[in-house]
Amino acid sequence: MSNKRIGMQTINLPSKPYIIGNAAIVGKKEGEGPLGEHFDKVIEDEMNGQESFELAEKSLYLEAIDTCLQKAGIQADSIQFLLGGDLLNQIITASYAARDLAVPFIGLYGACSTMSESLGLGSMLVDGGHASHVLCAASSHFCTAERQYRFPLEFGSQRTPTAQWTVTGAGATLISSAPGRHPLARVVQISFGRVVDLGIKDANNMGAAMAPAAADTLCALFRDTKTTAKDYDLILTGDLGKVGHDLLLKLMQEHGMPLDDQHYTDCGLEIFDRESQDMHAGGSGCGCSAAVFNGFYLPLMAQGKYRRLVLMATGALMSPTSSQQGESIPSIAHAIVLETPKEGA
Amino acid sequence: MNRKNIHSDPKAYQTLADQVSPNSKMAQMLLRSFWVGGVICVLGQGLTDIGRLVLKLPSSAASTFASIVLVFLTALLTGIGIFDKIGQYAGAGSFVPISGFANAMVSPALEFRREGLVLGLAAKLFTIAGPVLVYGIGASVIVGLLYAIIRW
Amino acid sequence: MDILMYLKAFVVGGLLCVIGEVLVVKTKLTPARILVIYILTGVVLSAAGLYGPLADFAGAGATVPLTGFGHALSKGVIMAVQELGFLGAFTGGLTATAGGISAAVFFGTLVALCFKPKAKG
Repeated sequence: MSNKRIGMQTINLPSKPYIIGNAAIVGKKEGEGPLGEHFDKVIEDEMNGQESFELAEKSLYLEAIDTCLQKAGIQADSIQFLLGGDLLNQIITASYAARDLAVPFIGLYGACSTMSESLGLGSMLVDGGHASHVLCAASSHFCTAERQYRFPLEFGSQRTPTAQWTVTGAGATLISSAPGRHPLARVVQISFGRVVDLGIKDANNMGAAMAPAAADTLCALFRDTKTTAKDYDLILTGDLGKVGHDLLLKLMQEHGMPLDDQHYTDCGLEIFDRESQDMHAGGSGCGCSAAVFNGFYLPLMAQGKYRRLVLMATGALMSPTSSQQGESIPSIAHAIVLETPKEGA
Repeated sequence: MNRKNIHSDPKAYQTLADQVSPNSKMAQMLLRSFWVGGVICVLGQGLTDIGRLVLKLPSSAASTFASIVLVFLTALLTGIGIFDKIGQYAGAGSFVPISGFANAMVSPALEFRREGLVLGLAAKLFTIAGPVLVYGIGASVIVGLLYAIIRW
Repeated sequence: MDILMYLKAFVVGGLLCVIGEVLVVKTKLTPARILVIYILTGVVLSAAGLYGPLADFAGAGATVPLTGFGHALSKGVIMAVQELGFLGAFTGGLTATAGGISAAVFFGTLVALCFKPKAKG
């Protein structure tokens, strides 16, 4: 027990579970972004040949899982757990996808933090010896999120400059106790976050709502592991966007644990070209960190370009009901510390 | 344990967040809503004149005619996926005129059709426009009652 | 048909929209709330006798914005009360605005049946 916990919030994984599979499937707009060529597949239209946007999101989710298993060379029946979630009510994307997969399923809701939440729990299952293969997946779809959280698609409303664009995309990661054919990364430590709420109510400014949660978790990680930003090649937040990114830099400065702009970025800023794609503050949604992490950063870790990386997806835990009742937006962030599998890199 | 100690001061944070958040380009947004709103009203004026001069309608019927045509055009533009782009450009310029009311009815009906013809399409027709009708009609009944009492 | 009327409609209609835009930016109210505020304002201003002159002055510039919808409700209810007494309070508003509402319901349904929602982009 003693070597599996560090400090207040951080979990140590002595066996350093391997990530042996990855996949990212995204929508057209995401495919046209700067990372477009790195995704496994870009779908042509947002319906992906389905009858509704919800079914389209489910098909993305399943495609990400299939691609991930195929790339890792693992059969679906050797998967012992599927951990995952999405943004829709009752996480229907993940649940309906799991219906088709027939593997033990643990549905998670962490809003846009779901990718790190599932990676964290999945790695613990493997490290604890409860499973040898755990699949983690998360997705979001612009059209399903928009109709659930905001206005109908054809409603002529204006987006504010702080608004973020929900990414259409899904990502899947396969965690294993053994290195497999092509290990991509190893999971070393996890800091699960506390729910933090500094009173932001503007649903068009999620970055501002989530930045304090990101700062809280990151401080906990640094404190517990006695590290600083300099000990990591890259700190990667999920979907803080431009506003949240800038706020996190300021908050960490205030906490006396400054981040270096060179070694800190946000998936929401990476996935779109904010200027030419008119994306306002950047991308958001579970699919944002899921696609960028799986599609772009995991392969770079496998090559040893990043030796130590922190993936910290952030989630805004409100619902349309809580918003209508005038509640502010509580947020969460979970940090996953990853190492390259390359020896001596 | 002081439950508040994981939070710093919300007021101070709001100020910080406001500093970092980019402001809307006010002048540009006002100009856009002005000209688009103006053009929609000019279109309405033209339709009213057609109703009055060509169709020989009395003036209140002529303006009803104009409303109906504007509602039809908005519904069509919403259906073919153009109105939301106008709305993104013009903001209040397109939602304050009657076109906004029509778009507010058509867009949820279109979107929720998948959820069925009764609880999807028909019920959602009124998600945004319903409150407008409720308060508009409610207020008009109050005005009518007050006026009737004064006259009585 | 006179050109000046069109100019007045453009300016007054445009200004009414600009007020809405200022509300959006400054108060972060949703469009739905702003529409409710507009229709209520129209009903009240019309009942107070202030909106009628504006409608005479600017034509569609005053009747096409949603305040004009409120004005039509108020005007209709007052005419109906003159004709029918108390009963008119319940019939006048909807009678006067029936055209616009029926059109929105009818065309809304028709469009929802004929078209599919499209992804933005």
